[in-house]
Amino acid sequence: MNAIAVNVEDKLFQNRYRVDAGRPHIKIKSADVCTNICVSKSCTYVCPASCYKTEGNGSVTLITDGCLECGSCRIICSDHANVDWEYPRGGHGILFKFG
Amino acid sequence: MKKPSQFDAIVVGAGPSGNACAYTMAKAGLKVLQIERGEYPGSKNVQGAILYAKALEEIIPDFREDAPLERHIIEQRMWMLDESSFVGTHIRSEEYNKPPYNRYTILRAQFDKWFSSKVREAGALLICETTVDHLIMDGEQVVGVQCDRLNGDVYADMVILADGVNSTLARKAGFHGEIEAGNVALAVKEILFMPEDVIRQRFNIGEESGVVIEMVGRITDGMMGTGFLYTNKESITIGVGCMLADFKANPNKTTPYGLLEQMKRHPSIAPLIEGGEMKEYCAHLIPEGGFHAIPQIYGNGWMIVGDSGGFVNAVHREGSNLAMTTGRLAAETAIAAKAAGKGFKAAALSDYKKKLDASFVMKDLYKYRDMPAVLHKNPQFFTSYPDMVAQAARTMITVDGVDKKTKERAIFANFRQTRKLTGLMGDAYKLWKAIR
Ligand SMILES: Cc1cc2nc3c(=O)[nH]c(=O)nc-3n(C[C@H](O)[C@H](O)[C@H](O)COP(=O)(O)OP(=O)(O)OC[C@H]3O[C@@H](n4cnc5c(N)ncnc54)[C@H](O)[C@@H]3O)c2cc1C
Ligand code: SF4
Repeated sequence: MNAIAVNVEDKLFQNRYRVDAGRPHIKIKSADVCTNICVSKSCTYVCPASCYKTEGNGSVTLITDGCLECGSCRIICSDHANVDWEYPRGGHGILFKFG
Repeated sequence: MKKPSQFDAIVVGAGPSGNACAYTMAKAGLKVLQIERGEYPGSKNVQGAILYAKALEEIIPDFREDAPLERHIIEQRMWMLDESSFVGTHIRSEEYNKPPYNRYTILRAQFDKWFSSKVREAGALLICETTVDHLIMDGEQVVGVQCDRLNGDVYADMVILADGVNSTLARKAGFHGEIEAGNVALAVKEILFMPEDVIRQRFNIGEESGVVIEMVGRITDGMMGTGFLYTNKESITIGVGCMLADFKANPNKTTPYGLLEQMKRHPSIAPLIEGGEMKEYCAHLIPEGGFHAIPQIYGNGWMIVGDSGGFVNAVHREGSNLAMTTGRLAAETAIAAKAAGKGFKAAALSDYKKKLDASFVMKDLYKYRDMPAVLHKNPQFFTSYPDMVAQAARTMITVDGVDKKTKERAIFANFRQTRKLTGLMGDAYKLWKAIR
């Protein structure tokens, strides 16, 4: 299959969120594990909201504002268990209008 | 440590399993507290979504009077797609167009809100915008929940976990381990709005009737999974879900949104959704491990219902009905245990498992127990077979001066080349055994 360029931000833009500013509900436990130990960095392409990005130096950044709370990143990081995953505080995060 | 219990039961989550459970208990007079992290019930929930009437009917017989239903299904299509075509079956019957209808499309954000209003009418207390962080234990016994609010500890004689597929609470309490990526599918979907009459014309349906399309083939990029397209009243739901382990291992590093976008552009699908205005993009996991992946579902002071216990029949795309049925059976167990007055120890709650085993839930999951393994070991069901079938059909139907016999030979040569005939027979047998 030929990969096509998709801007996921355009999709997320349609969604309703109540962001818990300054309190991300998911955290990378050790940046070093992403940069130096994890080879696949599968979170960077499996996350359906594209919250994880690889940087030039091989590190991985996480911005949870667009998170759809699916749980995939936690499960696929089973080799390193490097994702600290919680649901957002009550009432925060994604608010589906249709679901 | 033991505080006086304020409630007979706390239900965590207001999806179909939690609502069915809280409703049934409250109706029987139990003091029920239900806690939901969303702004309102449904605001965190995602589904295809087909509602199977039967499971809900057993809880609320007259639900059709005011439940927010989109369309009843009169036609089901099953498509196999290659790059440029599809071959499929359409099953349409006027019998499906006569009340009481068997299946409906719904929008979960609206449906869950409605179901929850019934739960409150039945007498349960609902608190939204509150995430349960931990279970409170007294030794082996679950005695309450710790919420993310000031003074957020609440006590009850029993806690029912209806917290969905991620089930953070059961994991933290050590009731079971982490979900395996091979036992769960990641689905993404969009809702596309368009005028009602466009939908009616495109799908050849009336004001209230609807069509569902299930798809396998090229659209999953070699991964084990399926696509779906459902008609709502004024919108179309389109989505695709594949095993999370396959997403992770995909050599093309295909993104879920890339997959969905590619699917929407398939020449067989694009005309059906053309002009649709995208209003929401969702993602959610589906526990598809089946029978062998079901964890321990009861213990001292706790029971697990719905997706949290892995109660999904992936072969038939059923989940919400299993969720409602497990919720109801857990509630009936709690009601009987309370009436017996012996408390909510594991021994008393073990009836829940017995009730489940006797129901369609466990019988169906047992029947298909080998299906996930068969499909996982045989990815050709999602790749070369749909290709072969689509190409074969196209070859036979194309009128180009080549005689049919020659075409047949070419098709069989292609079949054999793609997959040795013995393999083909073996696969047919494996599939037959798994679904028989
Ligand atoms: C894309 C997709 C398509 C599907 N299609 C179909 C279909 O067509 N037909 C069908 O029958 N099934 C379908 N399913 C499956 C179906 O959606 C699920 O089986 C069903 O929703 C399970 O119900 P539940 O109540 O167990 O869990 P959920 O519906 O997930 O509800 C769990 C609830 O618990 C809340 N919660 C979770 N954790 C906490 C916490 N710590 N504190 C407070 N609240 C919490 C959540 O906010 C949520 O409201 C589909 C699923 C998906 C993802
Ligand atoms: S929970 Fe899902 S959407 Fe959120 S960051 Fe993880 S993979 Fe992405």
